[in-house]
Amino acid sequence: MGILPILIVWPMILAIILPFLKARRARGILAYIGAGSLMVLAVVFLLGWLFNGGQTQALYVETEAIDHLMTVGELFLMVLIVVLSIRHRKYPVILLSVGQTLLLLWTEFTMPVEGGAHMLVDGLSMLMCAIVAIIGGFICIYAVGYMKTYHEHHKEYKDRSGFFFSMLFLFLGAMMGLVFSQNLVWLYFFWEITSVVSFLLIGYTRTEEAVHNSFRALWMNLLGGFGFAIAIPLVSSTLHSLQLADVVASGSVLPIALLAFAGLTKSAQLPFSSWLLGAMVAPTPSSALLHSATMVKAGVYLLIRLSPGMHDTMAGILVSLIGGFTFIAASMMAIAQTDAKKVLAFSTVSNLGLIVACAGIGVEETIWAAVLLMIFHAISKSMLFQAVGAVENSIGSRNIERMHGLILRLPKLTYIMGIGIAGMYLAPFGMLISKWVALRSFVDADNVLLVLFLAFGSATTMLYWTKWLTKIISQHKPKEIEKDVTLRDQYLSMGVHAVLMLLLCFLFPIVARYAVDPIINEIFGNVEEVLSMNELTTMAIMLVSVLLIPAIMFLVTRSAKRSYVPIYMSGANMGDNTYFVNSYGEPEHLYLTNWYLRFQFGMRKLMRPCEMIAMAAIVIFICVIIGGAVA
Amino acid sequence: MIQVISVIAYLVGAPLLGGFLDGCDRTVSARMQGRQGPPLLQPFYDLSKLFHKQILAVNSLQLLLNLCYLVLLAIAGAMLFAGADILMCLFILSTADMFLIVAAASDSSPYSSIGANREMIQVMACEPLTLLMAVGFYLTTGSFQVKDIIAQPVSAVVMMPGLLFGFFVIMAVKLRKSPFDCATSHHAHQEIVKGLTTEMSGPTFAIMNIAEYYEIILMLGIVAIFFINATWWSWIVALVLCAVAFFLETLWDNISARLKWMTLFKGCWIVTLLAGGINILVLMLIR
Amino acid sequence: MAKLAKSPWLLHYDGSSCNGCDIEVLACTTPVYDIERFGIYNTGDPFQADILLITGGINSQSESVVKQIYSQMPEPKVVVAVGICACTGGVFKECYNIKGGVDTVIPVDVYVPGCAARPQAIIDGVVQALEILQKKRDDFEQKKKAGA
Repeated sequence: MGILPILIVWPMILAIILPFLKARRARGILAYIGAGSLMVLAVVFLLGWLFNGGQTQALYVETEAIDHLMTVGELFLMVLIVVLSIRHRKYPVILLSVGQTLLLLWTEFTMPVEGGAHMLVDGLSMLMCAIVAIIGGFICIYAVGYMKTYHEHHKEYKDRSGFFFSMLFLFLGAMMGLVFSQNLVWLYFFWEITSVVSFLLIGYTRTEEAVHNSFRALWMNLLGGFGFAIAIPLVSSTLHSLQLADVVASGSVLPIALLAFAGLTKSAQLPFSSWLLGAMVAPTPSSALLHSATMVKAGVYLLIRLSPGMHDTMAGILVSLIGGFTFIAASMMAIAQTDAKKVLAFSTVSNLGLIVACAGIGVEETIWAAVLLMIFHAISKSMLFQAVGAVENSIGSRNIERMHGLILRLPKLTYIMGIGIAGMYLAPFGMLISKWVALRSFVDADNVLLVLFLAFGSATTMLYWTKWLTKIISQHKPKEIEKDVTLRDQYLSMGVHAVLMLLLCFLFPIVARYAVDPIINEIFGNVEEVLSMNELTTMAIMLVSVLLIPAIMFLVTRSAKRSYVPIYMSGANMGDNTYFVNSYGEPEHLYLTNWYLRFQFGMRKLMRPCEMIAMAAIVIFICVIIGGAVA
Repeated sequence: MIQVISVIAYLVGAPLLGGFLDGCDRTVSARMQGRQGPPLLQPFYDLSKLFHKQILAVNSLQLLLNLCYLVLLAIAGAMLFAGADILMCLFILSTADMFLIVAAASDSSPYSSIGANREMIQVMACEPLTLLMAVGFYLTTGSFQVKDIIAQPVSAVVMMPGLLFGFFVIMAVKLRKSPFDCATSHHAHQEIVKGLTTEMSGPTFAIMNIAEYYEIILMLGIVAIFFINATWWSWIVALVLCAVAFFLETLWDNISARLKWMTLFKGCWIVTLLAGGINILVLMLIR
Repeated sequence: MAKLAKSPWLLHYDGSSCNGCDIEVLACTTPVYDIERFGIYNTGDPFQADILLITGGINSQSESVVKQIYSQMPEPKVVVAVGICACTGGVFKECYNIKGGVDTVIPVDVYVPGCAARPQAIIDGVVQALEILQKKRDDFEQKKKAGA
């Protein structure tokens, strides 16, 4: 267990060293070493834990020195936020930050609590640790190449890559701490670090938009943190314990609801989705790392931890409804987006919504689905973000319309993107199977609203992914040759993601049986067979067939003798497929666009009402819960 | 054993039966319009002609994708006829549709792009009801497995008439019948040339047609499991009602004009919400 | 009648017609004449058509279009020129922009004269084209076999 503190501290040490390295090369090498060593450490830790029987272990009962250190850290974060808020004249943020820090300090010094473990190693935290280390590590490797090209393209921004890498590694350390923390104060500390790191990274380019969006992310996350901070004195005064497990076991609704509220803000559920959408102004690696693959998973992780306590309570109903509603609302708004990163952001919010809905129901089946969704989502989303970033560096745009015929322009990136997209929604990849289980468990929970949300939401999800897929796969000869400027380390990262994705799909039954089932067992004490081995094998066979059919058909059709003719444009083609004769007898360039249904599903039309509905739901439920707790 | 036989029967018989039904459809339509119409076996003549034509193509991808569409549709249908999970069957069905859409869009041609986009809207319009229908079967019979659904003492339709009605509407979309045939149609009055099949010629188009025959039988198979129960005569009833359903689709095809995509989309979703949603709600309440 | 080609699909193209013949072509699809008896579809798509039915003479603007559409029809295929303008250029023959009948641009198999050609005549022409189409199909098969 000696590795655990190293996992947390080592990235933080790197974070301190990195900004002082001025040479890009040295920084890159250190980032490689750091990411690589982190992955190795995590894998060694995981294997060691598994070798010892994979037991749940509680650690660090006496930690007074570290507690004081954390208090200092919290004060430092508060001062940092205050200073930055004053500099940018965003005064309300100060109130939130100072308020919650003081609340926490007051609790720490006035309310004695029984001791207990501060950290917990179990299946779920190990899984999160693996996701953070491996996906996060590869994103850091990707970032080395990406940031180099990024600053070649964007001369207008000041190159602060040292700071950027420092923040990435700080984030990794905080995330490691977060997933292992069992003590609420520790959890809160790491929680705040991720909020602040995210804030700093969103504002990386220091443009007006970036600063604005970063403060929005900050105040929303701080609001969630405020909920967290209120929950802590509540818990310590009533339960005299700060253990997360005790809170869940006690089943007291108000603290759970407050913690869940924090989870909702961090996982960018409605009405707090706008911070994640605004976060897309940041360079792509940070979007991939923080805003899709790992940080938003912190919110989901907390909700999964809370889920046994949320089963059949007001808090659970609130969380599942908000999640389900976010799933459908975000997937509808994704239809109207042309910006690839915006689509990914909406899809992230939407998929997180599904996971949150599963967590809110809080039974074995839904958590099974939630954990699997989390794994698949993390990998395919991080892969997609990286592919979009690489494409943007090569073609100078991340507009999906500009990706027309990408398969002929940047074939390698298109394959990676294609695998990512297919993994997000096609049968029988993992996402879809989890969706299937989720549907069944929503029915079992007799929740008609969630069933409807899921049914309609998966239809809209299908639309925006298919649109994108058709765009990149279209056989449109490019006008000018574009050079693939993607560097080798970027390909390494994306390649590993693609292989991981395919492996996970092929080994799906094994993953479900040996990784997910034990986690459910730990959380609920017993595991009901969610999918029988029979069903799982059927799926594996289907998966192979879906992957193999195109391959076989490729071999079958390769030998077919075909005569190639131009596409049909009413006989008015000008020689090739890209120009036609217009009514003046002159050549006109063919321009095809997808449908975005902006007037039906536009963000401008839907965002405000959706936020209102979600806000109203939260306010009403919280009032009812408080009323119930007081009465 | 029965499973194997029924799957083989589907794989072999569906194109034949589907083609025959298509022939019936065309003849009956012609009679409804006061014409004599083509011979009953016309679809097979068409197929044989298409297979004997030169293979013209605009890219190397389309034939491949069309074949994938065909094979996946056959797999989806085979799953239904093997008595497997209906939800998985529907998921595979929509995956198959993806291949058709991608096949059409791969041309990068104005007409088939419009067709592909319209087809996407159609898939989006249909998807919720198909999922709700599967949920309805699960609530009624306690299982997603087709073999359990058809082994109940009472037909599922008793509990889910709303979903059957909804499915009837969706079937018109899936079978490309007016008023829901904006992606492509079998009629002469297709105003955007041939929608998503514009660049498909000869064998490529024949493959697409065979796939559509598989789809007809798959759709009718789903109609049948609404009615089939443990008794033997329910199979006959189901068969008759499938024929009736198909006739009604033809009738609807002939008496209605094509709708715009927005109306199609809204119509399908409203039907889904009203007929399907209320049906599901009632099922959950009485469970 | 000789062995007729089954399932001929028809593509109708208007070269520079006065629309008289076009209306008659469409009349063929109505219940009174019902060309679907022969399995004929009036498809709008060259990729799926077997018979190219052209009305009106060819002018310099439509020349390239006709050639291209013809090239987009898969073998075996036949061309029917409907109306006197399509056959020879008709009254427009001497116009500055008219090249003449369809056969100045692509090979024509059946000529259906008339101004406008009557539906009966069009159907008769198409049925004759079916015989030619069947012959072409047989030839195409043989050529394919010989090639293979």
